[in-house]
Amino acid sequence: MSGMNALLAVILYIVLAPIIGGLISGVDRKISARMQGRYGPPILQPFYDVFKLMAKQNIVVNKHQKFYILCFLIFVIITGAIFFAGGDLLLAIFALTLASVFFIVAAYSTYSPYAYIGAEREMLQIMAYEPMVILTVVGMYMVTKSFNVIDIATYDQPLLFSLPGIFLGFLFILTIKFRKSPFDISMSHHAHQEIVRGVITEFSGKELAMIEIAHWYENVFLLGIVCLFFASNPIIAIILALLTYFLEIFIDNNNSRLKWQSTLGSAWIVALILGVGNIAFLALL
Amino acid sequence: MNTVLFLILYPVIVAFLLLVLPQLAVRKFIVVASTVILTVASLYLVVQYFSTGAVFFEFGSHALDIGIFILEIALAAIIIYISLKHKQFLAALLMLIGAVMTTWFELAYGGQIHATNNLFVDNLSLIMALIIGIIGSLIALFALGYMEDYHHHHHNVKNRVPFFFFIIYVFLGAMNGLVFANNLIWLFFFWEITTFCSFFLIGYSRDEIATRNAFRALKMNLLGGLGFSAAIIYLFVNAHTVELNQLPTLASTVVLLPVALLAFAGITKSAQMPFSSWLLGAMVAPTPVSALLHSSTMVKAGVYLILRLSPVFAFVEGGATVGLFVAMVGAVTFLLTSFMAISQMDAKRVLAYSTIANLGLIVLCAGVGSYELMWAGIMLVIFHAIAKSLLFLSVGTVEHNLGDRIIESMDGLITKMPKVAVGMVIGISGMFLAPFGMLISKWAALEGLVAANPILAVFVAFGSAATMFFWTKWLGKLTMIKEKPADFVAKVPASETFTLTSLAFLTIAVCLIFPLISKYSLEPFITSIYGHAYLLDQSNVAILLIMMGLILVLPLRLLTYGELNYKPQYLAGANVEKEKFYGSLGLTRQVTMKSFYLNNIFGEDKLFKLGVVSSIVLIIIMFGVGM
Repeated sequence: MSGMNALLAVILYIVLAPIIGGLISGVDRKISARMQGRYGPPILQPFYDVFKLMAKQNIVVNKHQKFYILCFLIFVIITGAIFFAGGDLLLAIFALTLASVFFIVAAYSTYSPYAYIGAEREMLQIMAYEPMVILTVVGMYMVTKSFNVIDIATYDQPLLFSLPGIFLGFLFILTIKFRKSPFDISMSHHAHQEIVRGVITEFSGKELAMIEIAHWYENVFLLGIVCLFFASNPIIAIILALLTYFLEIFIDNNNSRLKWQSTLGSAWIVALILGVGNIAFLALL
Repeated sequence: MNTVLFLILYPVIVAFLLLVLPQLAVRKFIVVASTVILTVASLYLVVQYFSTGAVFFEFGSHALDIGIFILEIALAAIIIYISLKHKQFLAALLMLIGAVMTTWFELAYGGQIHATNNLFVDNLSLIMALIIGIIGSLIALFALGYMEDYHHHHHNVKNRVPFFFFIIYVFLGAMNGLVFANNLIWLFFFWEITTFCSFFLIGYSRDEIATRNAFRALKMNLLGGLGFSAAIIYLFVNAHTVELNQLPTLASTVVLLPVALLAFAGITKSAQMPFSSWLLGAMVAPTPVSALLHSSTMVKAGVYLILRLSPVFAFVEGGATVGLFVAMVGAVTFLLTSFMAISQMDAKRVLAYSTIANLGLIVLCAGVGSYELMWAGIMLVIFHAIAKSLLFLSVGTVEHNLGDRIIESMDGLITKMPKVAVGMVIGISGMFLAPFGMLISKWAALEGLVAANPILAVFVAFGSAATMFFWTKWLGKLTMIKEKPADFVAKVPASETFTLTSLAFLTIAVCLIFPLISKYSLEPFITSIYGHAYLLDQSNVAILLIMMGLILVLPLRLLTYGELNYKPQYLAGANVEKEKFYGSLGLTRQVTMKSFYLNNIFGEDKLFKLGVVSSIVLIIIMFGVGM
């Protein structure tokens, strides 16, 4: 992508991603409510929540947690910026890992038992999905011979047809990434749970709002990766991404949480069978 | 040429001076002066040769060869004597076989052996020399203060500090010899000296465990040495050369077996599976020894040799298959040791497993031997040496202040010993996070592997996930904000502070200047071998530097928060005061938290056996392919 276009894409991403992410979150809550037989909040409720959090008084355990959350938000934004500028997909994923580490360290820094267990489980989640994420990039390289998002996106064949196993594997770990049941072990959107709010127990007001916004950015980035599987036709790609998200909501509402052992075990087995299987198939062709 | 000889001989002279002058003040002066001199000398060498390409030296004479032979036999006799004294018959036997092989070779062929170029310098040797000269001597400097403290804490260990420093400096000299040697017989001579040095250093305290572990290290490395020795003999008998730079030009019928044997020697020295246990056992030695073995010497000699074999794997017919099995030993080691690091509570064991894992990654890169992976492998050597020595030495300092080196005891270290903790945070970030060094090289490794052999990339994908887990949970422990106990006072000697600070700055500095290292050192070097080089993508470099800039600037935000509304953390509404809560029976309890070690999944027992079996099978196939 030329410099100007890349810059434009990054600016559009920085401005639009939270709006899209927030709307998706609103629709998510509405659909979830309907699946549970409730009426549900308005679609714009996530925005109302975030504005309200912003205005709240700032209570903290220590000042470092504010700093770490700031870094978390910044590096999540950088992740998406690398992606939508058409940059190196692996670099984007490594930037996201850095952001996640800031998020985890923020929880640790509070020295709170609930946040602590949440942080440990968050690391388990990352360990569970990371291999499949890397294998996804490996698979995309094997087909397109490039790590750059721009080359992968402009490849003339839909990747889905050469990477069916990897696509399914990626869908599987998306459930963990979107923090949906049965894999929402480190924190969850649902009410009372055994670890209170897990990682985010000690965050309130502005920091909680920043975490929410960071997740919107992250979700848009993840759906962007889903779109790559059908990037040769943008309309189908967006439909595919939305269907994927609907599927995740459906899974979320039809499962109860599992133990961390199941999260790690199932994610790695899926990565080994679907991910490595797909790669081995491509390598042997 | 003179600088090369100086870098080999000067440390040895210093070693003898330190042995005969045991006064503390004298030692301080010599060590401080040598740190400066070795740093300057290795930098001067770089200035002399960084743009000349590989330069070979004809230096040497028959008398010198005889001298080396006599010294080798004398050292072998000492080792056999010590082994027999401790009833370590296997070690004695291995040494004896080695000595017999050397003697037979000298008697049968001694007169005919002629190497045109005994010594050489190229960019890889320069990089190694910088690592040895700067990091090695910084570690020696650290040891000045540390060894005083060590004997303060260990009353029952006999004070042999002069001997300790003697060995350290001989080690540095031998390492320099090793990276400048083109004559394999000379290289082997320095190789064996590093084996003996690590033997003496691991056994420094002379207690039962130390002695046992020292002999384990000795036996494994002597076994590798036998492989090295056999490679030299086979090579000379069949190809009439003992020169390292000739290897890629030889016919595959004569070169594959010796290369497999040399790779085997490299695998033992760099503690790859199934030989990883010697490096873990080496933990019993004083911490500067661990730092030295793990960062700038010993294990780096192993991967250095395998990196030198890379062109053979790449260019000689059939070499790629031998290389593939070398790479697979590295891949299996990287994966399994990254897993096992998760289950370790002892900080030094975590570091040790992580070292073995990273060496595995380097062996993996060198085994495949493509130009991208050569780049990644050398970068890994550089970044790992700095960050790992920083971490080891920090753990040493922390251990002397907290009384143990269990990660669980490091809760809230950032409030207890802020400077050391920040150094450790830099070191840990340097090991696995973007935009720091190891991640940059791991990224290059991954991209190179996907292009060369995607199945090997799978090992890296799973291993990296485990790497993230064990580093992050340690990072979290360090950065907890806890109340500092009122009676805690940290004591850090000046020499330790200086070394830790320098290494922390170096860790960051190398991440900032790595594009320059790549452009001026690695690119010409790799181009001279492969005809083309791994070129960094400028926009990616820019992104990395922006990220680095942010990481350096963002902490300033901490100074600008002003007044905040502080409240204690949530303890289910039962807070008594910060970090205390009402427990059952109305007792006040302290908040304590323990990490996940996932012993059932990543425990050492099962994984270690799996690794030993699979790596032995891989090594046997490697030899089979070599024949």
